Amino acid sequence: MFVVFGLLPLLYTAWVSLHDWDLIDGPRAFTGVDNYAQLLSDWRFYNALGNTVSIFLLSTVVQLLAALGLAALLNRPLRASSWWRAGVLLPNVVSVVAVALVFGQLFGDTSGTVNAVLELIGLDPVDWHSDRWSAHLAVSVMVIWRWTGYNALLYLAAMQSIPQERYDAAALDGASRWQAFWLITVPGIRPTILFTVVISTIGGLQLFTEPQLFDPLGTSGTGGTDRQFQTLVMYLYERGFTEYDAGYAAAVAWAVVAISGIVVLVNFGLVRRMVARS
Amino acid sequence: MTVTTPRPAQHRTHRKPDAADSPRGPLRWWVYALLLAVGAASIFPLYWSFVVASSDGADASGLPSLIPGPHLMENLARVVDTVDFWFAVQNSLIVASTVAVANVTLSTFAGFAFAHLRFPGRNTLFLVVLGTAMVPAQLGVVPLYLVVSDLGWYGRLEAVIVPALAGAFGVFWMRQACEQAVDPDLVDAARLDGCSVLRVIWHVVVPAVRPQALVLTMLTFLSAWNDFFWPLIVLDPVRSPTVQVVVSELASGYFTDYALMLTGATLGVLPVLVIFVLLARRIVTGIMHGAGQGVR
Repeated sequence: MFVVFGLLPLLYTAWVSLHDWDLIDGPRAFTGVDNYAQLLSDWRFYNALGNTVSIFLLSTVVQLLAALGLAALLNRPLRASSWWRAGVLLPNVVSVVAVALVFGQLFGDTSGTVNAVLELIGLDPVDWHSDRWSAHLAVSVMVIWRWTGYNALLYLAAMQSIPQERYDAAALDGASRWQAFWLITVPGIRPTILFTVVISTIGGLQLFTEPQLFDPLGTSGTGGTDRQFQTLVMYLYERGFTEYDAGYAAAVAWAVVAISGIVVLVNFGLVRRMVARS
Repeated sequence: MTVTTPRPAQHRTHRKPDAADSPRGPLRWWVYALLLAVGAASIFPLYWSFVVASSDGADASGLPSLIPGPHLMENLARVVDTVDFWFAVQNSLIVASTVAVANVTLSTFAGFAFAHLRFPGRNTLFLVVLGTAMVPAQLGVVPLYLVVSDLGWYGRLEAVIVPALAGAFGVFWMRQACEQAVDPDLVDAARLDGCSVLRVIWHVVVPAVRPQALVLTMLTFLSAWNDFFWPLIVLDPVRSPTVQVVVSELASGYFTDYALMLTGATLGVLPVLVIFVLLARRIVTGIMHGAGQGVR
């Protein structure tokens, strides 16, 4: 089962990517690395890559910092602690489709709630969909909303395994709460932080549903009229499943695998170095 | 059910105030204030979805009132008129239940094998399983589509069920459950007495890992219920849609009707909320103990 549905697809993807391959009619010709050569000079690929990285950085940085703060709050002696934990996890279990539609309404250009509030307090409405950076921000807000609580729970679990003695010793040395947080808590959960960076990377580079459904006009996968919020997987979807160019879509898939692999390897390198240091 | 059971003691002993913490004094109101703000932000989009779903379609533009309106039933009727919603619910139930049951069964077998049986290549095989988790599933869609359409499954539920029958996450989860909850001596004793592996699993493993298995069932049910990318590609929006596919269809009309869209979205989220409310604590514990341990 794992070989069939786990590893084989990647090899098969590589094989398909070396062909001029129609999704419906099958392979037409072996073309070697032609698809990859085309990819390297395809501005739409670079556009999607840039959008993906931009949304990924925006959402990951904010999400992980917020999760760190939230975990510190949850780590204090609270009444009804399990309810708070459940509350912060709630966004993570809700269907992404529903999330994307609600936020699509909130960030609507002409009739959205956020713009209505902005106008109410005397600010100019924002073109959430047509402006590239605003669209990235809106999509990032959805990602942040979904994942902050989940990451906070992972951090909380790690924080609870830090021995209390370290904090007692720091208190004796006169450390403030703030110093204790940065000198004991954060180093103590370093492996978990890097783990969340890895999973956010893999997830962030695969972002699809949120931006796909953020597009109010249909499901063609272009991510706005100027492709201003088309991500890599949306581009894969557009080429493979609306234009039926399986060979090219497979090449895009492999490019994403390679990029994810590089980022994850860099992260593992960091983990090893940090573990060695402590 | 769990009302009278005291919470496990370990929660209390692990729990401690932050560090150089001032004594548990008054100043802590702001902790609750911040948490309340986070909680409100978590719930608001769902509440908002319900508000818009119960509003008049025309009201939904601009700043509608903050309280639900009286139009929920009308909107519900419009959803059912626009798409085949109940058919989609039925499809989603079939897919999600099959996937959940299969996953738990297969993962329990595999998890037990990895935790308690010695066989050649065990560690290598487990690394392979974990490796499949590292490869983003969405990136294998092209060959998966080709295989599925060769089998003649395009537009059929098999196309979304079969590839999801087993997963690395479940195996990892159940291996951990077996390591923590199953006594290896009991396994050895049962095997010495001539129990077959199947009987060991049924009489020793299953009773011990039932709570973790329940959480895994619900988590796989939720992820199958919520899945969108693969069903969008391989299912036929008319002949075999799942709930997520029809809800997204509501959004793809030429005219954006938020009341209609968000009524569909709210309905699609309801089963998720029910499961979550029933099992929230166990899911939280599972995530905290499950994923955390992988790193430490």
